[in-house]
Amino acid sequence: MSVLWWLVTLVKVGVIFGAVLGVVAYMTLAERKVSGHIQLRLGPNRVGPFGLLQPIADGLKLMFKEDIIPDHVDKVIYLLAPAISTVAAFAAYAVIPLGPPTDFFGLLPEPVPLQIADVNIGILYIFALSSMGVYGIVLAGWSSNNKYSLLGGLRSSAQMISYELSLGMSVVGVLMMSGSLSLTRVVEDQAGLWYVFLQPLGFIIFIIAAFAETNRLPFDLPEAEPELVAGYHTEYSSMKFSLFFMSEYAAMFTISAMAVTLYFGGWQGLPGLGTLGIPPVLWFVGKVAFFLFLFLWVRWTLPRFRYDQLMNLGWKVFLPLSLLNVLLTGLGLVLLR
Amino acid sequence: MLETRELILNMGPQHPSTHGVLRLVLKLEGETIVGTDVVIGYLHRGSEKIAENLPYFEFVPYTDRLDYTAALSSNLGYVMAVEKISSIRPPERAEYVRVILTEFQRIAAHLVWLATHALDLGAMSVFLYCFREREAILDLFEMVTGARLTINFFRIGGVPADLPPQFFARSWEFVETFPDRIKEYEALLTRNKIWLKRTRNVAVISAEDAIDLGLTGPSLRGSGVSFDVRRAEPYSIYERLQFDIPIGEKGDVFDRYMVRMEEMRQSLRIIRQCLEQIPEGDLLSRVPRKLKPAPGEVYVRIEAPKGELGFYIVSDGSEKPYRLKIRGPSFVNLQSLPAMVQGGLVADVVAAIGSIDVVLGEVDR
Repeated sequence: MSVLWWLVTLVKVGVIFGAVLGVVAYMTLAERKVSGHIQLRLGPNRVGPFGLLQPIADGLKLMFKEDIIPDHVDKVIYLLAPAISTVAAFAAYAVIPLGPPTDFFGLLPEPVPLQIADVNIGILYIFALSSMGVYGIVLAGWSSNNKYSLLGGLRSSAQMISYELSLGMSVVGVLMMSGSLSLTRVVEDQAGLWYVFLQPLGFIIFIIAAFAETNRLPFDLPEAEPELVAGYHTEYSSMKFSLFFMSEYAAMFTISAMAVTLYFGGWQGLPGLGTLGIPPVLWFVGKVAFFLFLFLWVRWTLPRFRYDQLMNLGWKVFLPLSLLNVLLTGLGLVLLR
Repeated sequence: MLETRELILNMGPQHPSTHGVLRLVLKLEGETIVGTDVVIGYLHRGSEKIAENLPYFEFVPYTDRLDYTAALSSNLGYVMAVEKISSIRPPERAEYVRVILTEFQRIAAHLVWLATHALDLGAMSVFLYCFREREAILDLFEMVTGARLTINFFRIGGVPADLPPQFFARSWEFVETFPDRIKEYEALLTRNKIWLKRTRNVAVISAEDAIDLGLTGPSLRGSGVSFDVRRAEPYSIYERLQFDIPIGEKGDVFDRYMVRMEEMRQSLRIIRQCLEQIPEGDLLSRVPRKLKPAPGEVYVRIEAPKGELGFYIVSDGSEKPYRLKIRGPSFVNLQSLPAMVQGGLVADVVAAIGSIDVVLGEVDR
């Protein structure tokens, strides 16, 4: 562990953390712009050119809002909950590879991987952290001491645990093919053919479970406004509210990046065509952007499921299907080898 | 000792989807509803009492505020009741103007319903699509009456002003384009799996129960009862007009949704016929300055967008009504809500409120 290694890692942490923060900030703008255009409106266009400074204005506004802690809350947990959510959402990004190892045009003596940590259990690490994120929501709902928050928290714990199972099982197919839990290996294996073509069923389950996992419509039941007012974050204000907000977007970013990494070749170019001269990082960013847009598109188009329907779907449809997918993958591997 | 207790959830009067200041006290077991208390009265303004202290003419603007999504329908009901008790007949052309405007009003009211109903079930963009078309109708109203929401236009004995010439061109344009818009909403909702899951077999009410609970309007027709005041007891010029009365089968949220969607098309048909047939002539018949109807009582009902809107007037021969009773359809329809949501989930309450389409201005009066 040389000084250079520490230096490079610190820079990577800073850059990636900053990038995720920036993406989160601009996702809020993108959400408002996309929803605006879907709904025949313009979206924010007053702050800066095309409203580009809007996230900064929003951030400042939230910072200066009065930070209300209601009397009836369980204070320690109430304060802890948004922190858990945010940390879990942001930390998950550490293991996702953005591009192939590079020496930055000869700046560094040897190529370094474009990810903070190439952990050999990368996928497990992400799942572990996203399970941590659930605690943030459940504890927020519990500590708020408010019936709507409580219902929101309960819903989210049930929902996320059920869908995490399908999510995990759908990924098993990919793991069986690549034979590694390391995301770098998974990406490298997809140089010839993206896994989405080999694992179509797995991918469909993954992406639907991803919507549920990030609490986005049509599965945004923990905060279903018409029913639960604002669900688990009803009692939160100012930056504590925005931490939940940010962690939702960060989770979307992570899950999109995971979808790209696991099924769409990560930073690899098109199968058979290569990168077409476009830097791998841009391939990665472009693919992630597509998935982020998908999240927005779906949100502003579809109605919301009901709680029991969501649970039925998770346990009775997606879980058996994901098990079937594992079975089929296993059969395929045995027969073709 | 472990024990389970019902969770009492207070929904409203400040709640995003109780459509105003409706308050529900839900008794929950988990998320299943075991009891519902409807608490109303947060918007009570004493309209009926006010009427007793005002000359007949001066109460018209108060009716705008009953069902504020359908001001003209409330105007019409009241004006027709006063005309009946004082034996005034509005001129032919005025009747046509009234029907054209109230049918537009019905479409506008149904659009507000669809917009909020879809919003409650999570389809957020439908809201703005509906408001786009409602905007076009409100522009038409503004052109004729000068007002957009709480319109006070109908007078006892007719209407005060003629439809401006450009009204016809704009109306025709709307009538021609609107069917495509309805298709657009239906493309987003009618065959959407999630929408069907949220509305089919949800908040079911049988035809017998619906009649027993006094449901009227689209909510009653959703249960398969073909009752429409425009057909059952035709008023104004509805006898001459061709239109169908859509009915549902099961009486669930989806049936009520389909009935209202079809009603918008039927309203268009009515408007189309009226625009073609409208005769020339006077707009306001002669009405005495001081209107003093002979002592007696009268009940007049019309088919408002939400159901049967009735005005019961008792006259003692003075220029103010002795008693005015308003039968607001929302008020009566609301009492079927507990029956609809019993055993459902919290999310079904939201769907049920949306499907009954209550406006609290009319519930509380």
